Amino acid sequence: MAIPMQATPVATPTGAAQPIEPAAGSALTPPGAFDAVPMGFFTDTTVCIGCKACEVACKNWNGLPADVVALSGNSYDNTLHLNGENWRHVQFIEQFSDDRADGRWLMMSDVCKHCVHAGCLEVCPTGAIIRTEYDTVVIQADVCNGCRDCIAACPFGVIEINPVSKTAMKCTLCYDRLQSGLQPACSAACPTASIRFGTIQELQEAATARVEQLNAQARDAGRPEDAYLYGADDSLLGGLNSFYLLVDRPEVYHLPATAKLPSQDLPAASALGVGGAIGLAALGAVSFRKRRMDSFAEAARDGRGEEGGRGEDRGEEAMGEER
Amino acid sequence: MDGLLLQVAPPSPTFFSLSPEWGWYIVVYFFLGGIAGGAAFLSGLLDLLGERLDRRMTRIGYLIALAAIIVGGPLLIIDLTRPERFWHMFWRSDVGGPMFKVYSPLSIGVWIIVGFVLFVGLAALASLADVGRFPRWFARFGEGVPGKIVAIGCILTGSALAGYTGLVLTGTNRPLWGDTIWITLLFLLSGISAGGAAMILFGWRRGHPGTVHWLEEMEGYSSALELIVLAIIAATIWSVVRVVWGGVWGAILLFGVIVFGILAPIYLHWRPGAFGRATVPLAAVLVLLGSFLLRTMVILSSEAV
Repeated sequence: MAIPMQATPVATPTGAAQPIEPAAGSALTPPGAFDAVPMGFFTDTTVCIGCKACEVACKNWNGLPADVVALSGNSYDNTLHLNGENWRHVQFIEQFSDDRADGRWLMMSDVCKHCVHAGCLEVCPTGAIIRTEYDTVVIQADVCNGCRDCIAACPFGVIEINPVSKTAMKCTLCYDRLQSGLQPACSAACPTASIRFGTIQELQEAATARVEQLNAQARDAGRPEDAYLYGADDSLLGGLNSFYLLVDRPEVYHLPATAKLPSQDLPAASALGVGGAIGLAALGAVSFRKRRMDSFAEAARDGRGEEGGRGEDRGEEAMGEER
Repeated sequence: MDGLLLQVAPPSPTFFSLSPEWGWYIVVYFFLGGIAGGAAFLSGLLDLLGERLDRRMTRIGYLIALAAIIVGGPLLIIDLTRPERFWHMFWRSDVGGPMFKVYSPLSIGVWIIVGFVLFVGLAALASLADVGRFPRWFARFGEGVPGKIVAIGCILTGSALAGYTGLVLTGTNRPLWGDTIWITLLFLLSGISAGGAAMILFGWRRGHPGTVHWLEEMEGYSSALELIVLAIIAATIWSVVRVVWGGVWGAILLFGVIVFGILAPIYLHWRPGAFGRATVPLAAVLVLLGSFLLRTMVILSSEAV
């Protein structure tokens, strides 16, 4: 059993602490819970040290099974990707020259993005995936039936089936802790404040200040100003409630540069299908008409129009007898 | 997928998603669903626009459609990782009431199947009652205004059943599936050609030659259009297709789907005496094989990424 960790302040680059205090409770939240405002994570990848405390804290609090220990050969990363058992994943990206004389490490603790427009929530046919009062996205394990459409719908590769519950699972942003006024286990455990928890508004302000700080340092040192925010604004799926500060292209961190909602192409695809069905039905009707006209023409050519008609009737009768 | 490979930008953002691991149950369901939908669509048209002489084939078509969905439908439940909760797709377990989401293709599909079973079930029973193999009372669903309503219902739900499986794939962020809007039409066309082929295979001896010829025409139109749609997909998302359909999948597409499943049957329709009396059923078998391979290729090639 994990020891509940109390809410801690969000440290900003300027040192000004933004306290996160549990509210007294409201119509939407139980007593002691945070106010029902959009909340999430800001992950500053430049201060991640790859300690994996977030992975451990997440597994500990959420009772997730341990992985089978195996060396992947992919740097220090043996988790490899997010799935139903690993709701946090620390990436290790080695960028070195061939002689390894020059280079750098990039590390990033990845998690569900809790998209403002969430593809998984859209496609879920059971209503198992819900949006909470904190604007986060949660899969209700007691409703999910394992159709796995959410896995295919998530553009970030976050969700997979948990082999124990046999339902789709991912980060809940510690919904249970939020309802008790506790910050998520991962951000509480992060020793460098790489993972920061707070209201989206606070986090966006802190993130913007941090980008300015880093780029100012780079400018002063004559280095490229490469720090930027990924998912902080509404250009990516309406905004990500878990957004990142990156210093290289998104693809380097295994993140898509763009993403679409699964429903985006449904109207066009449906229109093509409906058009195709109408077109084929029309072809079928034309084909019937041609068959009938050919039949009449043949009967007229043979000079036995009436006989032909009776012949068709006879054929029908014969078929009736066959039945 | 090896994460390091993704440091180089892939051909589409869809390459960052994970596979839902829809395997053979889904492949077979998509195949049977296509046959069921196509057979119901064509039988409905025969019922609505055809003549009395088409009725025997109509009955065969409705029975094929019903049998295909009865066999295929449960595969969807078996494929769930928690199959005992399949009813959560029909009924809201939290607040009660029917579960329906208009922007969830799977949710749409569940209700399409319900409507399909209703209409095709009525049509099949009515057609059996028509020849005295079921209580005569049911024949009323194949005659007059009720018969027309049922036939239209079969056309609508049949085309929807054949096509929505493509919509399920489009409504994802997986490579190929989420990269094109054409898979719904592709599956609809393939379903109709497969449904027609199944009707020909089971009814070419007993059906009226005029009906068989009409079905061959419809199957030919569908197959030709299917070829065009495949070309459009390849042309519009070539950078994705060359990765997903490289290697063995490309070979299956080229030889299994296009050569044997589309071009060969069209040739056999054009040369009906090429293999004597076996020509008609041979062409039908090839169309069915092509339809199965198309679904296998579209589903499993993306899963393999």
